[in-house]
Amino acid sequence: MRGFGPIVVVVAVLAAVPLVVHSNVVLNFLVIALMIALAGQGWNILGGYGGQYSFGHAAFFGTGAYVTAILQMRYGVNAWAGFVIGIAAGALAGAIIGALTFRSGLRGSYFALVTLAFAEVLRIIASVAPITGAGVGTLIKLDVRAQAFQFQSRAAFYWIVLALVALSLLMAKMIERSRFGTWLVAVRENEDAAQALGVDAVTVKSAAMVISGAITAAAGCFYAQYFLFVDSGIAYGTWISIEALLTPIIGGVGTVFGPLLGALVVKALGEGARLLTGDAPGLDLIVYGAVLVLVIAFAPRGLIGGLPRARRLLTRASPVEAAHG
Amino acid sequence: MLSPAILIPAVLNGLLTGAVYALVALGLTLIYGVLHIINFAHGALLTAAMFAAFFAYQAGIDPYVAIFLLAPAFFAVGYALQRFIIGPASHGDDRNMLLVTLGIAVVIENALLYAFRADTRTIDVPYAFQSVDFGFTFLAVPRLVGFAAVFLVALALWLMMGFTDMGRAIRAVAKEKLGAELAGIDVAHVYAVTFGLGTACVSIAACLLIPSYYVNPSAGNAFVLVAFTIVVLGGMGSVPGALIGGLVIGVVESVSSLFLGDSLGQVGIFIIFIVVLLVRPSGLFGARA
Repeated sequence: MRGFGPIVVVVAVLAAVPLVVHSNVVLNFLVIALMIALAGQGWNILGGYGGQYSFGHAAFFGTGAYVTAILQMRYGVNAWAGFVIGIAAGALAGAIIGALTFRSGLRGSYFALVTLAFAEVLRIIASVAPITGAGVGTLIKLDVRAQAFQFQSRAAFYWIVLALVALSLLMAKMIERSRFGTWLVAVRENEDAAQALGVDAVTVKSAAMVISGAITAAAGCFYAQYFLFVDSGIAYGTWISIEALLTPIIGGVGTVFGPLLGALVVKALGEGARLLTGDAPGLDLIVYGAVLVLVIAFAPRGLIGGLPRARRLLTRASPVEAAHG
Repeated sequence: MLSPAILIPAVLNGLLTGAVYALVALGLTLIYGVLHIINFAHGALLTAAMFAAFFAYQAGIDPYVAIFLLAPAFFAVGYALQRFIIGPASHGDDRNMLLVTLGIAVVIENALLYAFRADTRTIDVPYAFQSVDFGFTFLAVPRLVGFAAVFLVALALWLMMGFTDMGRAIRAVAKEKLGAELAGIDVAHVYAVTFGLGTACVSIAACLLIPSYYVNPSAGNAFVLVAFTIVVLGGMGSVPGALIGGLVIGVVESVSSLFLGDSLGQVGIFIIFIVVLLVRPSGLFGARA
């Protein structure tokens, strides 16, 4: 199991946090950061490893959130079962959108545009359809029992979302080391060349989209259970599409830990901005947008990609070695 | 069935609205045609221009006069954005360019939200509700002016593209970037000029919209999603495609909201959008990819 060590260490350290920190504010912050890291890891599988930049991952987040909420409230399905079905629904949404877009050969700008459009269509439909509660949204009834996936303590939610993040890290690592991961990276680097070497690009990208949709939907399902409320602006809103792509890009696109690192940094920056200037609308997003542009300009491989470079600069022993490094 | 007395005005009004859509789409298609990226900041720039037109009116400048101030100002904004931010930040990678325009959109939109809150504002020009009697129907004056202005702008752009050195340089870069560079064309400058022209189109559209529309920090988004559809329908990078696509979408929206109501009229546009993208991504007038 070489290569999985860092994941075990990071998850173990994070798992110990609630034993030391009892502040609800801090735990709440971490729960949300981990949830965004999860959504971001979903984006990262498709965008980071596969190079297909989606601008509409809200489509998956929202599908997970709504399916969980609606199954519980309208059909009396158990919350844990609803959670699993929500994730499956995200995978299904990924399969459908993937089949439609990749089979008709959409790439680059077109792919970004069509994913954005799918998220928008779903948002508009959810804001008028009776089953989603239309403009009012869907409220999950308060029922603080473990069977109902509701807990009194923040720590319980924290450990659950951490477990989901841990699973997503393992999945990313396994994909990275698998033949499938190599195909995916080959498609990212040069789709035509990969195709010429016998990689079935459409199938590889579609499979990545299914995994991606499932992971981001898991974040949506968790959102619904944690906040017990979903409406169209939250579930299918642009905020989550942006945060899902922001976290891997800031942390390190196409790396296992990129989304986690990015989510912690992004959420800390957002909170910092809010503390500095009071709770003004839009301020955290101004910071996110500016950070997005700055990171692409100065650290196109994200913070993780920037680290080795910084280390090389600091420890540059001899010009010869630097030239070879 | 609907009687012609309802249908004909709906079609005519759709054409008038569609012309302004076409102008927004024209800016988008121009940028795509040359830079080969979709400018996701287009909507935010439209909103910013609508705010500019709103405050110009507060300062006593009529929106139609403000065109002559805002178009050069927004040309400069667009030029500077591409030359000093988007170009250098994206290291020549298309995916980075998309992300940078998205980042700029997020900053502009939320800076407007931060500065002006989510309040919706309107201006109150004396001609807002005037209309012209055509015998069989009435058409609002601001929409007629907008319709005429859009075709003037399109004509001006066409003349510029066809008969000036800059126009030739833009077409050269659009066709063959490396060759244009070898022939001594400053590609970074041409990119920035194109982005400036696209942004200027959006500012003119804002001035034409503001007499009969409202502005709030997300007002531009509604138009831009429509503009994406138009550009995809007409063919990315095609100017006539943007004009005809704009008129078609204007009519579709106007007629379908007669049947379905306003919010589902929007869904109708999106369905066209997705179907066109999936079936014929090169659009009606675009070259085969």
